[in-house]
Amino acid sequence: MLAGPILAPETYAFDAAAPRRAELARKDLRDGFASWRLAWALARLDLRNRYRGSVIGPFWMTLSTALMILGLGLLYSRLLGLSLADYLPHLTVSLVVWNVVNAMVTDACIAMTHAEGVIRQLRVPFTVHALRSVFRNALTAAHSLPLILVVFAIFGHLPGPEAPLAILGLILLMANAFFASLFLGMVCARFRDVGPIVANIMQLAFFLTPILWKPELLKGLAVWLPLNPFYAVLETMRGPLVEGGGAPLVWLAAVVYTVVLGAVSLTFFARFRGRLAFWV
Amino acid sequence: MALIEAQGLRVEFPLYHLAARSLKKRLLARAAARVRTDEANRVVVSALRDLDFRIGSGERVALIGRNGAGKTTLLRSLAGIYEPVGGRLSIDGSLGSMIDPAAGMDQDSTGRENVRLRALYRNLGPAEQARLEEEVAEFAGLGEFMDVPIKGYSAGMAIRLAFAIATSMQPQILLMDEWFLAGDAAFMGKAEARLAELVSGADILVIATHDMEIVRRWCTRAIRLDAGRIVADGPPDQVIEAMMAELG
Repeated sequence: MLAGPILAPETYAFDAAAPRRAELARKDLRDGFASWRLAWALARLDLRNRYRGSVIGPFWMTLSTALMILGLGLLYSRLLGLSLADYLPHLTVSLVVWNVVNAMVTDACIAMTHAEGVIRQLRVPFTVHALRSVFRNALTAAHSLPLILVVFAIFGHLPGPEAPLAILGLILLMANAFFASLFLGMVCARFRDVGPIVANIMQLAFFLTPILWKPELLKGLAVWLPLNPFYAVLETMRGPLVEGGGAPLVWLAAVVYTVVLGAVSLTFFARFRGRLAFWV
Repeated sequence: MALIEAQGLRVEFPLYHLAARSLKKRLLARAAARVRTDEANRVVVSALRDLDFRIGSGERVALIGRNGAGKTTLLRSLAGIYEPVGGRLSIDGSLGSMIDPAAGMDQDSTGRENVRLRALYRNLGPAEQARLEEEVAEFAGLGEFMDVPIKGYSAGMAIRLAFAIATSMQPQILLMDEWFLAGDAAFMGKAEARLAELVSGADILVIATHDMEIVRRWCTRAIRLDAGRIVADGPPDQVIEAMMAELG
């Protein structure tokens, strides 16, 4: 007998005539979340490997965001005719959160293709790869979030009692990131043109979403803003931190977008999960 | 009790990114036997076609056949990686698949970190993980290299680590591709003894190989695949003799 660990018995059954896709997808999600430790370990490895040999590592992201805030803050506060104390807290929260959103969406496109070696060799729940992508970006984001506190401290901006609502916003963002990783990860594995298309959309969205500019500058047209999903998600964090809580309509929109993305993503996942090994 | 059962098992590989119609036509005209278009008008290669077999506890099965006959694809389907497009497949028992030595390895991590990573991939608890680490370190005999990133390993060292990791867990069903039997001579003696131990501990062995010596020595049954179909299934000597006679 070997001294090594004995593997627990398992059963695997598949019948192409009755594929029970929903059940298999549920099992994948369940097992995937149960293996969050694996996803976390892989995410940390990704981060370590990405910044191997670099002295300040992921803090390069913090530094570049800080420079961006400083440069854009000085220029745009003048262009838009706003005072720095008024403009910078808005810009900092917007830019930091946008960077997280952008990184998560862009990374979602390679969530599955990046794990190609594992997908074709080992039976690991695909959910793990999506979680890995979310964790990886959450870790990077954690290096930039303190910038918000620094800017708030410098300008003496004190968020009101509704500030903890931002945590709810963060949870919404994470849920969206997970669904996007699952969905975009699979779609991009099948259709290799989707990645560049997404990158283009994100670039456009950066300018169409109130990040550099403030929503009230739109005047009457601002009522249409909740139609922009990025605005809704951004506002669930910016609202509580900068504007004394977001409008109920914005929260409703953010929740609706999350539910829609979740439904699309899970349906797609359940339907095409079995094909993924052939796509990557 | 371990059991593998397949009925009408069919696996097809879609050839995506084949946009050019002319290429599609040429492929279809030349090798019409296995490349075809399916209902959705995609070009697919039939990797496995209507396989029926049942492997029970105690059986040691060799998959033999030419390159491209479908041996590795069948191993991967049994491992639950490729989902069949037709038929049924059911597997009872814990699986150990030794299909690719580098599967799930991180080149930038040390040998020890890779062992831990594998323990996570296999959902092992902390106590089992420690046992695995100890066992692998001892068997691979890498000494201080256990704490060196594996991209600094020689090819032989990498194989030794992969082999030690893969063979340190005791599965009921062991799926093996033949790379496991290729290693440096000094290690081979040790590896063979280890494999024999693992094979005798497993309820079922399925091994894809070209080496008839191994088939005769280890296996109680041989399945010969050709172009994705089973052409012979029976005692090793009988199947090998028939194949030799056919190939002249």
